Amino acid sequence: MTDHKPECPLGGCEPSASVGGSRREFLGAATAAMATALTGCGTLSKEEFLQRNFKELSKDEVLSVIDRLEKEYKAKYGKEVKVANTPPIPGVIFGYALDLSRCIGCRRCVHACVKENNQSRDPEVQWIRVLQMDKEEGVNLQHADQYYNPEEVPQEGHFYMPVQCQQCKKPPCTKVCPVGATWRDKDGIVVVDYNWCIGCRYCMAACPYGARHFNWGEPHLPADEVNPKTHYLGNRPRPKGVVEKCTFCIQRTRNGQYPACVEICPTGSRKFGNLLDKDSEIRYVLENKRVFKFKEDLNTQPNFFYFYGV
Amino acid sequence: MFTLKNFSGFFSDTFRLITKGGRIYYAWVGFLLLLIAIGAGAYLGQLKDGLIVTRMRDQVSWGFYIGNFTFLVGVAAAAIMLVIPAYIYDWEPIKEITILGEMLAISALIMCLGFVMVDIGRPDRFWHIIPLVGRLNWPQSMLAWDVIVLNLYLLLNWFVVTYLLFCAYTERHYVKKLVLPLVLLSIPMAVSIHTVTAYLYNGLAARPFWNSAILAPRFLASAFCSGPAILLILLQVLRKTTKLSIKDEAIFKIAELMAYTMGFNLFLTAAEAFKELYSGTEHMVYFQYLLFGLKGHTTLVPYAWASILCGLAAFILFLVPRTRTNWVTLNIGCVLIYASVYIEKGMGLIIPGLTPDVLGDIYVYRPSFTEIAVAAGIFAIGFLVFTLMLKAAVPMMLGEFTITKGRTPKEAPPQQA
Repeated sequence: MTDHKPECPLGGCEPSASVGGSRREFLGAATAAMATALTGCGTLSKEEFLQRNFKELSKDEVLSVIDRLEKEYKAKYGKEVKVANTPPIPGVIFGYALDLSRCIGCRRCVHACVKENNQSRDPEVQWIRVLQMDKEEGVNLQHADQYYNPEEVPQEGHFYMPVQCQQCKKPPCTKVCPVGATWRDKDGIVVVDYNWCIGCRYCMAACPYGARHFNWGEPHLPADEVNPKTHYLGNRPRPKGVVEKCTFCIQRTRNGQYPACVEICPTGSRKFGNLLDKDSEIRYVLENKRVFKFKEDLNTQPNFFYFYGV
Repeated sequence: MFTLKNFSGFFSDTFRLITKGGRIYYAWVGFLLLLIAIGAGAYLGQLKDGLIVTRMRDQVSWGFYIGNFTFLVGVAAAAIMLVIPAYIYDWEPIKEITILGEMLAISALIMCLGFVMVDIGRPDRFWHIIPLVGRLNWPQSMLAWDVIVLNLYLLLNWFVVTYLLFCAYTERHYVKKLVLPLVLLSIPMAVSIHTVTAYLYNGLAARPFWNSAILAPRFLASAFCSGPAILLILLQVLRKTTKLSIKDEAIFKIAELMAYTMGFNLFLTAAEAFKELYSGTEHMVYFQYLLFGLKGHTTLVPYAWASILCGLAAFILFLVPRTRTNWVTLNIGCVLIYASVYIEKGMGLIIPGLTPDVLGDIYVYRPSFTEIAVAAGIFAIGFLVFTLMLKAAVPMMLGEFTITKGRTPKEAPPQQA
């Protein structure tokens, strides 16, 4: 597990350092200026404008990008925000299982997720949507209610089904992206390069789970609520006009921690672990419980499972 | 050297033609410029605040912009409606007006690209989608395919139009060996732009409303109704206002062809509706939302039925030879079919595709003022491009304005041997 925290020598990480090869040199400062106008605010630097897709960046370029981002965040929020670049752990594919018979629909996971992952608070972006279902109907989306708001949960006659990114083995969202700004990493996490996404929202149309969310306006994140422990492909503060989604808390799970939603769940409905590890809890669930995949007929092959524990 | 000089003359003369006109011409161009200014103002607001000024949200993540885009791809594709009979069957009366169809395609494509540009959240990153410069996810993404075919089709039409006009301007006959293959190529290209645009939606298993095998055929059938409808009206206007002679025969022939495509379009729509409504699976909810409303939400219902009724009425008007050859009923039919397809292939396609959303949530979408103003601006850009092209092209096509004719003596360039 190598964590590429930017402990780089000062000289090599200046934002002025070249961020790429000769191909982009044709795009001069004039183009950058025009593009600045297109963002509608005067904050687009030449380095940011010319930055290439994350997968094409060399190690040095990644460090210089991270250095630039950390300086930007410091200026914006007035505190140190660390942007990690932790790669997938070899031999790990993450899996998730959710016990529908235990979930009480309290939405603690929803809010813990927002807090952990630096989502915009106004308008609030939520990566987890909890559906209140009729027990009589079973998993029937035409009888699902996302906006339930009673005094107490669970409500009589209902069960609750939280939905977030299912981290599909065959993700329809990455297939449709016209610029390759989103992909499935080796540990099975589907990530977005927020600095490469053009905001066309094709992935949102393609996702059968409503897992992708768009920053329709400037994300509003109060400085005192910023979680400073971030990952480039995960919970670092996002710009306006790009798509974001659940990453299984990539900043935590690649460092051996549980996702925030697993940790907060008061009923123990949420199970998480390494699918390749025979002794993991997730493997126990898969081998001993009856699990199902949401919208199995679409053949997206989620690494997110639902089961009835009791 | 000689050609190069002629070419620069061609450009400067074109410029001269489009900047000089009568009072009505200036008023029309002024009106379009005003609309463009309003649209630009609204777009600046959108750039500043983000797409939140539209009414699109996570549930309905595409709306008015993409609806218009889809409709206009159809208009651009319909140029071949005129090219096929003209060049394959060598049918003279239509031949002279194919160039108009191609100019219409160019204008429609410019509007298409405009609608895509205003819909993306990060227009400053447009270069990411440019082949070789950015990182196009080709061949996986249908949007990458669309970027390629739309731009190739634009280039092809632009080249053919420019070449034909340049030949007319220099008083030479065009080289058939060059034009014919390009025009023939434009036929599969036109089919491909609309097919690829249909596949853009068609390939999404998450959206059952679009995930139907006859979506691409429906796109083509409806395009061959709406595109020629615009041209029919345009041809009549040009006949009246210029010396361009377009025979009645040509217009009625196009109208006859349209009757067949309209019938086919209605048949395909009915086939789709039957399958969904009769089998009555849970995929029916999208059709329900469109045609009857769902859980009390009936926003689209009047539009959907207006589209169906307009389409039926236009079909009857075009099918009956007497109403097809009567100018009043013919033009009413044109307006009706245009309205019908505009609803069907615009909002009637996009919104029910996304409502209810993938988790069953119903978000009622209506375009905001910004969306309407920006769209009006883009339409005005398209009309302006078309107007300017016509202004220069018509006198050249008629041979009224060439390298030697159509100017006052002092403006004439020195004669070359």
